[in-house]
Amino acid sequence: MERTFDRCEAVLADLDLGEVRRWKQEHPGARAIAYFPVYAPVEIIHAAGFLPVGLAGAGDRLDIQHADARFGSFICSIVKTTMELGMTGHLEPLDGLLFSSICDSARNLAFVMKRNFPQMYVDFLHLPQNPGSPASVDFLAQEYARLARELEQMGGAPVTSESLQAAIRLYNQNRALVRRLYALRSASPHRVTAREAYLLVRAGYFLPVEEHNAILEQALAALPKRKGKLRDSLRIVIEGAFCEQPPLDLIRLVEDAGCYVVDDDFVLGRNWFLDDVATDSEPLLALAGAYAEQSRYSSVRHDFRHPRWEALADKVRHTRADAVIFLIAKFCEPAYFDYVLYKKKLEEMGIPHLLLEFEEKMFTFERMRMEVETFVESLVFD
Amino acid sequence: MSPTPNTEYRGNIHQRQKELMLKWYERLDESAGSGRPLPVSLMISGNCVELLEAFEAVPLYPEVNALQLAIRHQSLEPILAAEELGYAADNCAYVKADIGCYLKGITPTGGRLPVPGLVLCNFVGCNTYIKWFEHTAALTGAPLFMLDVPFLRTDEPSPADVDYVVRQLHELVAILERLSGRKFDYERFQRAVECSRQVEELWSAIKNLARRSPSPFDAYFDAITLMGPLYVYRGTPEGVEFFEIALRELKEKAEQGLGVYEQERFRLVFEGPPPYPYFRTFRDMFAQWKACAVASTYSTVGGLWEFGARHDPAKPFESVALHMLAQNVTNRNYLQRYDQIARYVDEWDADGVIIHFVKSCRLFSAGQGDMREYLTRTIGVPTLYIESDLEDPRYFAEAQTKNRIDAFFEALEHAKLTGRTRPAAQEGPRPDARLRVLP
Repeated sequence: MERTFDRCEAVLADLDLGEVRRWKQEHPGARAIAYFPVYAPVEIIHAAGFLPVGLAGAGDRLDIQHADARFGSFICSIVKTTMELGMTGHLEPLDGLLFSSICDSARNLAFVMKRNFPQMYVDFLHLPQNPGSPASVDFLAQEYARLARELEQMGGAPVTSESLQAAIRLYNQNRALVRRLYALRSASPHRVTAREAYLLVRAGYFLPVEEHNAILEQALAALPKRKGKLRDSLRIVIEGAFCEQPPLDLIRLVEDAGCYVVDDDFVLGRNWFLDDVATDSEPLLALAGAYAEQSRYSSVRHDFRHPRWEALADKVRHTRADAVIFLIAKFCEPAYFDYVLYKKKLEEMGIPHLLLEFEEKMFTFERMRMEVETFVESLVFD
Repeated sequence: MSPTPNTEYRGNIHQRQKELMLKWYERLDESAGSGRPLPVSLMISGNCVELLEAFEAVPLYPEVNALQLAIRHQSLEPILAAEELGYAADNCAYVKADIGCYLKGITPTGGRLPVPGLVLCNFVGCNTYIKWFEHTAALTGAPLFMLDVPFLRTDEPSPADVDYVVRQLHELVAILERLSGRKFDYERFQRAVECSRQVEELWSAIKNLARRSPSPFDAYFDAITLMGPLYVYRGTPEGVEFFEIALRELKEKAEQGLGVYEQERFRLVFEGPPPYPYFRTFRDMFAQWKACAVASTYSTVGGLWEFGARHDPAKPFESVALHMLAQNVTNRNYLQRYDQIARYVDEWDADGVIIHFVKSCRLFSAGQGDMREYLTRTIGVPTLYIESDLEDPRYFAEAQTKNRIDAFFEALEHAKLTGRTRPAAQEGPRPDARLRVLP
C-alpha cells in the first residue's frame, strides 16, 4: 500500500505532467484537455478519445515570478500558479483548458489564458445556477453538445451515445469507488488517513480513469485489512477547500493535532454526484439532469431548494462529526461568503467550528498547528 | 499647481436627478409601510426591470443603496456590522454594507427600505450576486428567484442561451403574478421596453457627445450622476423625459464649445468602478490636471448601448434576454472588455487609460495586470494602474494615489512636449478573433 501512496504523491508532485506525456506517447494524435476545478463533464472528453486532466494550481512547488503582475493583489493563489504554470512552459503537454462558472477570478483567468496561450483550445462552460428551472437541463445538454462538437473539431473521435454511455459507466465506477473510500474512512478512520485518501483520489486528476479505478480497487481491497488502533480523536468535517488545494502537510497537521477527518470537500469534482448517472437514457441529457438533481452541494453550485448550510448540517449529522474545520483558501470569495451562513447554522446546532485560512504555498505551519491543537484541547477537555 | 476647478456639471440635470432619486426612495418608503408597490430587489447589471414595470413593482437596487452610503461617508459602520457577523475582510464591501444596513436599520436617506417581496437574482456575470441574494433571502426570509444568465463565452449568445433566459423570464412572470396579485399585462410590458429603447437612444447620444473636444461632460464622474435615473427609471416615461432634458442641455453646451475644462488637457478612458468613499477627492486628483474622462467601462455595467444595442418592443422577451446576455459589461467576457477599451481609445481619441483595481470586485479586477499589458504593449496606449476599493474607506491611500496620478500626468505631459505621443505598439498576442464581437 505504501508504494501506491508514494506513487500517487509522485504523480501529483510532477509539475511537468509526466503521466500526461506518457499517455500521449501511448496514444499518438490524441489530446489532453485540462479542466479547472471544481466540476467538469469528463465523460465527454473521454468519449472523444481524449484524456481529461485536473488542473489545480501548482501547490507549493513553483515560485510566482510572472503571474502576480498579471493578476494583482487580493486574488487567490490557484489563479496565479495556474497562470504561472503556463508562463513557465509547464502546461506544454496540454492541448486545451476548460473552465466553468465557479467564481469571478477563475472566469477572468480563462480569458487571460486564452489571450496568452493562443495555441491552446480554451473554453468556458456555463453550468446552470438555477437547477430548479425545468429549462436548465435542456440548456446544459446543449452546452455539453457544444463541447462535444468542439472536441470533435480538434480531431476527437465522434462523441456518440455509445461512447458517452461507456464513459459514464467508467466514471460512475470511479465515483462509486471514491464514495466507498470516503465511507471506509468515515467508518474506520484509523485504517486510512485523510492524507492517504487525498493522495489516492487526487492522483485521478492525472491518470486515465481505467488506471485510477484499478488503483482505487486495489486500495479498497487492502485498506480494510490494515491494522491500526483507534485513537481518541475528534471526528471532524473539513469544509471550504473545494477549489484551491491545501498543502499535504496541512492535511497531516490537522490529523496529527488530534482529528479524524471523516469528510472533506477536497478534489470535489472526483466525487461530484451523489448517485450514479443514468446509463439508460440519452447521455447528454442524463449528464445534464444529474448536474441539476444529483450534484453534491458546493460553494460554487447554487440550489436554493436545498441550501448549502442545510447540506452541511446533514453531513455533520450523517458522519457523526464532533466539529467542523473551515479550511479556506486566502482570497476565496465563495468560501468566505458561505462561512457566514454555515457558521450560523452550526451555532444553532451547537457544533463547534474553527476557521483556518491557507495558501497553496505555505511554508510555516506553526501558528496553524497551535490553533488546531488549542481547538482540539478545548473540546476534549471541555 | 492651481486650485482645483469646480468641474462638476450642475444644471437642470442635476436638480432633476436629485428629485427622481428622492422620489424612488419615497416609493420604497411607502412600500416598506404597506407592502405596495411590491418591492423586488435586483441587480443593476443586465436586469429585466421592464418586466417589473408590467406589474407596477418597484425595483430595489442594493448596489445603488451601497454606493449612496459610500458617497455620503456612511459605509464603514454597516461594513463593520457585517464583519461582526462573520464576513471576511476580503468579501465584497458592497454586500457587507448592504447586509450591515439591514442589520442596523440604516438607509441612505433616513427613510425606510422595504424587505423585498421577491429577491430576484439576475445572475449576470458576477458570481458575488448569487451569494449576495442568497444571503438576503436567507436573512430576511424573502422568496428567491435565481435567474441564471449564461455568461457570454462565445462571440454572440446562442439560440440555446436566449431560449434558456426567455423560459426563465416566463417562469418569473408566473411568480410575479402570484406575488403581486395582478395579471401579467403584456402591453404594459411592451410600453416599458419601448421606454427603455428611447432612454438607450438618448443615453447613447449623450455618450457620443464625449467624442468632441472639449467633452461637454465627464464620462466617468458625471456619467455616474446620470446612471441613477438610467437604472432606476429606464423602463418609464420619467426616464425618457429625464434623458431628453439631459441630452438637450449637454448638446447645447457642446455646440457652444464648452467643456468640463476651458482647456481640456488630457482625455482619458476609465476602467473599473470609482472609490465612492473618496469620490470627490479622487475626481479632484484628475481635475487638477484638467483631465477629462471621455469614456468608461463602469458606465456600461447596466448596458452597453453606445455601440448600437437597443431593447425592441416588437420582441420584448427576446430583447430583454439579449440585453441580459450580451449587452452589459459584466456578462461579456474579459477579452471583449479589452476590445471595448481599445475602441474607446481609438474612437473617443483618448491619451491614456486609468485602470482602477477594486479590491472588492474580482469581476472587474482579476486580471487587470494582463489587461494593462495588452493595452500598453499591443494597443500602445499609456496606462495607470491604481488600487483601492469602491465602498470600504479603509483601502484608500490618498497620498500614494495622488503621487501615482501626478507622476502619470507628468510623464504624459513630457511625452507631449517632446512630441512622443504614444509608445510604439509591440507585437504581441491579440485576443482570439472568435471572441471579438464588437463590429
